[in-house]
Amino acid sequence: MDSVLPRTGLWLGALLFAVIATALAADIGFAVHMMICALAALIGLIVTVRGWDPAAAIRPVDLGRYDDDLIRLGVIATVFWGMAGFLAGLYIALELAFPQLNLGLQWINFGRLRPLHTSAVIFAFGGNALIATSFYVVQRTCRTRLALPGLAKFVFWGYQLFIVLAATGYLMGITQGKEYAEPEWYVDLWLTVVWVAYLAVFVGTLLKRSEPHIYVANWFYLSFILTVAMLHLVNNVNVPVSFFGSRSYPLFGGVQGALVQWWYGHNAVGFFLTAGFLAMMYYFVPKQAERPVYSYRLSIIHFWALIFLYIWAGPHHLHYTALPDWAQTLGMVFSVMLWMPSWGGMINGLMTLNGAWDKIRTDPILRMMVLALAFYGMSTFEGPMMSIKSVNSLSHYTDWTIGHVHSGALGWNGMITFSCLYYLAPRLWGRTRLYSLRMVNWHFWLATLGIVFYTASMWVAGITQGLMWREYGPDGYLVNSFADTVAALHPMYALRVLGGLLYLSGAAVMATNITRTILGHYRNEAPMHSAAFDPARDVPLAPVTAI
Amino acid sequence: MSLLHLSTHSTYDLLRHLADSYGLAIMALVFVGLCLWPFRPGGSAASRDAALSIFEDAKEFEEKRNDA
Repeated sequence: MDSVLPRTGLWLGALLFAVIATALAADIGFAVHMMICALAALIGLIVTVRGWDPAAAIRPVDLGRYDDDLIRLGVIATVFWGMAGFLAGLYIALELAFPQLNLGLQWINFGRLRPLHTSAVIFAFGGNALIATSFYVVQRTCRTRLALPGLAKFVFWGYQLFIVLAATGYLMGITQGKEYAEPEWYVDLWLTVVWVAYLAVFVGTLLKRSEPHIYVANWFYLSFILTVAMLHLVNNVNVPVSFFGSRSYPLFGGVQGALVQWWYGHNAVGFFLTAGFLAMMYYFVPKQAERPVYSYRLSIIHFWALIFLYIWAGPHHLHYTALPDWAQTLGMVFSVMLWMPSWGGMINGLMTLNGAWDKIRTDPILRMMVLALAFYGMSTFEGPMMSIKSVNSLSHYTDWTIGHVHSGALGWNGMITFSCLYYLAPRLWGRTRLYSLRMVNWHFWLATLGIVFYTASMWVAGITQGLMWREYGPDGYLVNSFADTVAALHPMYALRVLGGLLYLSGAAVMATNITRTILGHYRNEAPMHSAAFDPARDVPLAPVTAI
Repeated sequence: MSLLHLSTHSTYDLLRHLADSYGLAIMALVFVGLCLWPFRPGGSAASRDAALSIFEDAKEFEEKRNDA
């Protein structure tokens, strides 16, 4: 009672504000966004009023259980946004191969759907996986319930609102034009509020822990949350044109703006897609393998080396630009140095299976984790190589970069997330096992084959493109026009579509499997593997000396 | 400032100089110190305990699994 009334007032205030902002909106896009906010406030209002429970105050909270409601929602959201993001990716791959699919509509052309795809897979799929697993891991490793459970709810739902605002904005053409930082100023402000709440919940839970040591996975989660907050704030220092309009202009211009953007962009890869997912690796791989991490000391060195080196690598995105040469070289050198912590981390994860390698034959979830680590190693080998200036002069602006990003995203981030979802689903819903382990195996092979098609076609496309762009004739003129390279790449683009289709099919198998697990179904299936046994051959060799 | 021989000509000069002298040295020292910390006396046992700490709850799940 005492908390429902002020909360209802708060929702009503938010609803009124959103309606007024809709009326005062300077452009259509802002008006649509404020209507979405009004709708969100209305839903919040209805849920709050209907959820009024006078007995709640006297009913004791079950302190013997972890706070898992949000994590269950997070697993569902991760699967849902994953499917949406992969589907968008497949569609834009088709658009590149067959431009007729733009259908002449501005809302679904490649330029608008592309940020929708990247944000959906990175921030919606990846972000929900990170929020859900961080809440799961921090409770288990600290052996305590979430601090500030109400605020944790706000983090989850606030983050979903951020995703919806960002995605609908791209379709309407609202963008800052900065890669991975496309949302406009008011959506950025909202994300800042949500992120500070996330930090408060995470740090609060760490502070009330009942374990003396903070397990290393939490170090990685905390560095991810803190660094993303810092990156987001600095890269989005914008001045809005109007307080009720969607347009804003950045404070940093020219090469400073470019450097800030790629300091942000590369560290979004380093701390969102690497540190955060390494946190998942350091908890879920040992748990699934049922043995401790190979070297805890190495994990600490991995952590500090990643923190100290990654933050300087951004300038490798600006080779041969107006950026001072020494800054380019600095970015390149730090990128090359990153080889060491990356491979240290990969070896640490893989060697956790030392003495239990047979499990990758019988346990497709663990096999998925091993593949994720292998791709972590491969893409963190490729990345530093591509940051070397002479290699970069060939690879930059070509599809090689796209192939590299996807070997990391599909192979490392995707596979580690899928395996964590498979780990979590039976435990969170109290099932004895997944609906089907054989379907995990199908997912594994569909996804792996998809990645092979994707990266191989993009390597060929990228190197073809790079070589065609730099080819001079004997008279000193460039041999190929841009359209020539586009025509040459068409078969590779078609093969990429096939790769994406396979990957999406694998994810659809997962969505089915997780849904049936949640529903409590168990597929009646033969076990994955049992060593062959033939009693007829289980006899000693007949003595040959009988003659 | 003159004591450290840091240029005050411009923010750029100041930061540039700091980054390739004192700043670099301090960060490198902090980094090496943090990396050596797990190798302090008694660090081995602490690392082993930390690595095993995530398995303390495993029994509960196994029991639940056997019940079902």
